[in-house]
Amino acid sequence: MRPVVKGVALSLFHVPTLMAYYGNVPYYERVFKPDSEYLSKLTSTARTYDEVVKYPPNQVFIGNYSPEDLRKISRPWSVNDNFSANRAGEFGEIFNELEFYGWLKIADSFDLVWLEKSFLARVKEILSGHSLFNPSDLKDLGEGRDLEDVKNEINKGNAIPLLCGSEIVGSVRNAHSYDENLKGYPLLEKLSNKASAIVVLRQVINNCAMEAKSIDFVIESSEEAVGDMFQPGGGDLAKAIAEKAQCVNANGVDVRAFCAGPAGAVVIASSLVKSGLFKNVAVIGGGSIPKLGMNSREHVAKGLKPLEDCLGAVAILISEDDGVSPVINLDSVGRHKVGTGSSPQAITTALVSEPLKKLGLSFSDVDKYAPELHNPEITEPAGAGDVPLANIKMIAALATMQGEIKREQMDSFIVERGIVGFSPTQGHIPSGVPFLGWARKEILKGNWKRVMVIGKGSLFLARMTNLAEGFSFLVEKNEPLRELPQPSTLSREYIREVIIEVLQEISGNLGG
Amino acid sequence: MDLENQGRIKEIAEKYGQDEVVVVLGNADPGGAEVFAETVTIGDPSYAGPLAGVSLGLPVYHIFELKSEVDPSVWQENIEMMELVLDVEGLINSIKERREKYSRYSIPV
Repeated sequence: MRPVVKGVALSLFHVPTLMAYYGNVPYYERVFKPDSEYLSKLTSTARTYDEVVKYPPNQVFIGNYSPEDLRKISRPWSVNDNFSANRAGEFGEIFNELEFYGWLKIADSFDLVWLEKSFLARVKEILSGHSLFNPSDLKDLGEGRDLEDVKNEINKGNAIPLLCGSEIVGSVRNAHSYDENLKGYPLLEKLSNKASAIVVLRQVINNCAMEAKSIDFVIESSEEAVGDMFQPGGGDLAKAIAEKAQCVNANGVDVRAFCAGPAGAVVIASSLVKSGLFKNVAVIGGGSIPKLGMNSREHVAKGLKPLEDCLGAVAILISEDDGVSPVINLDSVGRHKVGTGSSPQAITTALVSEPLKKLGLSFSDVDKYAPELHNPEITEPAGAGDVPLANIKMIAALATMQGEIKREQMDSFIVERGIVGFSPTQGHIPSGVPFLGWARKEILKGNWKRVMVIGKGSLFLARMTNLAEGFSFLVEKNEPLRELPQPSTLSREYIREVIIEVLQEISGNLGG
Repeated sequence: MDLENQGRIKEIAEKYGQDEVVVVLGNADPGGAEVFAETVTIGDPSYAGPLAGVSLGLPVYHIFELKSEVDPSVWQENIEMMELVLDVEGLINSIKERREKYSRYSIPV
């Protein structure tokens, strides 16, 4: 059974206060230099929710504008006031911080998140009308706590504060007196990942007009390790998320490969569907609190607004062939193997050139390449350049070296087959997979026939190996399979036709 | 340049002597290359790492400047593609300018 991309959900959560207090860079700045100019500017220049909704790359992320539309909008995108925008799109939605705290409480199964009563009442009023809200969420939200109790826990060192602007609206409590894995800060990270993933898992089920009970298996592919001091990466965040999305027939596993996690998880999910073991496998990745404001020091120093103020989350539903949805071609999957080598050339060859060669395809047979899709407006001021542009340039250069295109054709190849980066720099989120929303849509419309999604991960960050990780896969138009006659009706004539067809193919390949 | 790499370079320079160490950069961006070149010559411009205020004066080159020193087959296999992608001249100029200004040692290239 061929695996298909049945649906995709992509959402953003605008959390400027979480960025200013718990993004890793601002967090440690607050520890070591609490009175720094950077911290005061980080708060005073933070974007409003309306600015975030109107930000063109965010509109591409949730599915209102295409990456091609983004190419036509002049930069800086951050000052684009005339752009018409909507908080909801075909793939997902942009939530504000108040709503996110509500999802955070819904994600909490151990009474770790305390929200102040009047704040919680506002959260309930807003969230209860949302199409993703379930009746059981009301019970999970609870009744709230008195502000005095919230503050007492914080003052005693038993909890870290949750703020909206400068106001304390709640807290995340330590779940253990000395286990560092279960302190308020790491728990906030993990619960935030879980909360944002719950939303997109519910969304992808809605987007596909399916029932949650149809999901067989969930693969969680973010960069968050959940566990306690005896098993710090114990895992199965997947199941915790599936539970809150009412996927009663699912279980799951967590797959980790730094930024290559989601692309690898899609390959695994597709294999599980192709094997016939499962019919519907959801690949999910929630947002990263530590990466909020990661480059904000550089942004603020250059007079820019801190643009890394959103958590991003993605869910992809891989299902058995429905005859319509684009197919994930498992006949050739790109992999960065142990012996591949670590130069950009070796990595690009393994992930792009080799899988195409195996299928007898050329570089130009792929309509769009989706490598690291980081928003360049975030990365360029920090000295990391335009990452998706650098990647498509490498692919074009490889095509040139292999004689498939001429050097003077590189620029047009880059524009025609590259994608402008539109993803927040949330590690695993930009790594190819956010393009699956647009890939599915444009392939269904007949505008593209084949796209390649490429995920790469920097494993050296864990100090376990200097190797990188990488996966790539092709998503293709759903062409009907040729129906084979039943053995009883196999005629001599049919067999003869097939043999001639195969021989012609072979001689054609020899000639090329 | 990340703090760990700054620490490694400092340690190597102290162990073998500043006149025995050459730094070869592989930066993709001229702006980043400038910062790296300054870090190993006059010290970390961001004053955040082990090389803050430490002037090692090391000879610093971009790998593109050392093409003649590399086995052609190794070059073809590992670097040729990036020659087509990156601003080779811009990278070389940005590092060369800082090397000529700040490096106290040199190698015959």
